[in-house]
Amino acid sequence: MMVLEKRAAPSRWWSIGAPLLALGMAVVLGALLFAVLGHAPSRALYVYFVEPLTSAWSLEELAVKATPLMLIGAGLALAYRANVWNIGAEGQLIMGAIAGSAIPILLPGWNDALAMLAMLLLGAAGGAAYAAIPAWLKNRFNTNEILTSLMLVYVAGLFLDWLVRGPWRDPMGFNFPKSVAFDGWHVLPTLTGRVHLGFVLALLAVLILWVIVHHMRAGLAVRVQGIAPRAARFGGFSAPSITLGVMLFSGALAGLAGIGEVAGAIGHLQPSISPGYGFAAIIVAVLGRLSPIGVVFAAFLLALTYLGGEAAQLALNMPAKVAQAFQGLLLFLILAAEVLVHYRIRWRGRAHGAARARQGGGA
Amino acid sequence: MSGLEAFVLTVMAAATPLLLAATGELVVERAGVLNLGVEGMMAAGAVVAFAVALGTGSAALGALAGALAGVLVVLPFVFLTQVLAANQVASGLALALFGLGVAGLFGEGYVGQPGVRLEKLHVPALSDIPFIGPVLFGQDVLVYVSFVMTAAVGWFLFRTRWGLMLRAVGVNHHAAHALGHPVRLVRTLAILFGGAMAGLAGAYLSVSYTPQWVEDMTAGRGWIALALVVFATWRPVRVLAGAYLFGAVWIMGLHAQAAGYGLPPQLLSALPYLATIVALVVISRNRALTLANTPAMIGQPFVPER
Repeated sequence: MMVLEKRAAPSRWWSIGAPLLALGMAVVLGALLFAVLGHAPSRALYVYFVEPLTSAWSLEELAVKATPLMLIGAGLALAYRANVWNIGAEGQLIMGAIAGSAIPILLPGWNDALAMLAMLLLGAAGGAAYAAIPAWLKNRFNTNEILTSLMLVYVAGLFLDWLVRGPWRDPMGFNFPKSVAFDGWHVLPTLTGRVHLGFVLALLAVLILWVIVHHMRAGLAVRVQGIAPRAARFGGFSAPSITLGVMLFSGALAGLAGIGEVAGAIGHLQPSISPGYGFAAIIVAVLGRLSPIGVVFAAFLLALTYLGGEAAQLALNMPAKVAQAFQGLLLFLILAAEVLVHYRIRWRGRAHGAARARQGGGA
Repeated sequence: MSGLEAFVLTVMAAATPLLLAATGELVVERAGVLNLGVEGMMAAGAVVAFAVALGTGSAALGALAGALAGVLVVLPFVFLTQVLAANQVASGLALALFGLGVAGLFGEGYVGQPGVRLEKLHVPALSDIPFIGPVLFGQDVLVYVSFVMTAAVGWFLFRTRWGLMLRAVGVNHHAAHALGHPVRLVRTLAILFGGAMAGLAGAYLSVSYTPQWVEDMTAGRGWIALALVVFATWRPVRVLAGAYLFGAVWIMGLHAQAAGYGLPPQLLSALPYLATIVALVVISRNRALTLANTPAMIGQPFVPER
């Protein structure tokens, strides 16, 4: 029988080994899944995981997709440290994109560096404001932030849909549901190929997360709140302010990811602006073990699942959902492997266990 | 068919999947487990039910297969949370993503195909009574199942020793363990029941509500079902009332869209989600009420001490 034995302290070795083990198992199970779907596993794995890394173009594309994942993942890592489960990042991304797009759409004449800065700020503010709703509801009415933040994802998606089919539709756009194309300073400058300024902002976000977590009192407050809420209260940390703080932080970064997508990768508003980056970023935060450097690696890995998914769609004619299925599988395996960090696994016969129980009975 | 009759029938159709899924989740949460993966289990149930109904020509067989799919897809969650004592919130999210992804993957070939619709009951004479006939005696079997299961769960939880044990496990797993109750077995069975009910809820969508398979056709109903359980303060009768309230909101949105009123259709589509938030606020602000009914162990992993 398998028995879990709590470790005195989390295993340092396994905190690096566990995500790698999970990744290895995901590749094996992925191969099985491909085989079930009727594809040669070796070829499918190559198309999915290796080919995207073999050309300069696809490496750039990897960075483009890692950008929103890293931004949102960094924010969620802080929120999850405080045990605040913001799972509505997808909605905050959409609201950030909408807020930031107000400038090119409503004030097309204002097209200079300052306008771009305003777009980014508005993007962050839009995401933060939208994340403030579940935070405020939790603080004021004790509502569950998981459910409220998720409900708001659907609302944000419908709001965007209404905007691009209604008041913000490009009048010269042949009735297509999209806004005017952004140009000039309304488009984020690129570093190389399609990699845009957002990538730098994403690295900056990770750096900020690192400073907060390791060098600020706020980081300590968040950690204590997450581990031992009562201790945090005795320590003079206010739970409502921490909840609001981490929601604003994660919402702002999700909003920044949103305006980054629209002003960087896409170039206009349309009904669908994200293939679920807000949800995939949950996996980024967990796979990265809520640590700044972990988020960077995990963002690239999840970006690879998207890129590989697209490649598998084109080369192997696989359905688009293959990426999402694989991401869910990966999260399952990460959580399974996580047990090794906190527990020792012992195998024990029933008789042995009973003997131990008798010995311990007197104590 | 009168306008009122049509309204009541459509509300019942919209409420049934919510009632099925929420009743299942109610049992899970009463046992002290939070399974956020309802949306994923529903999606899996919907696609499998659709495929089996199409393959065998029997929608009833499809519905059964949907329930089974819910049980199968929840197994990794059982292993993670009951054997490995993993974080339930994260495991549930993984289940939601995995279920939606796998359902989309296997459903790809079924998009756009006409499905098999579950037959409606027809009792001679009774079903022909105006209004009462179609509403009470002219539904499909899953509607009746949803009522029977709600009553059965209420009876089981509050009138049987097994139900008492399940609730004890949810209130204090250490005490329940000390009394000799098999905590993890009880929880495992509760989670499997929740999987079957969510699968059935998904099946209802794809063989009765709209007999077809469309990606993401669950449209957040799994999440709304989760909110319903909180709204109902973990009581079966209130889950029933809540499901019908939400069903009515859903249908009123659709009717308002059809009627126009000059309101953007997106706003009306957003109604169920906004109503969910409002419902959560209304119920959660009353801390005494929620605290008194919340299973105290919810979300906490149980590792037996030796």
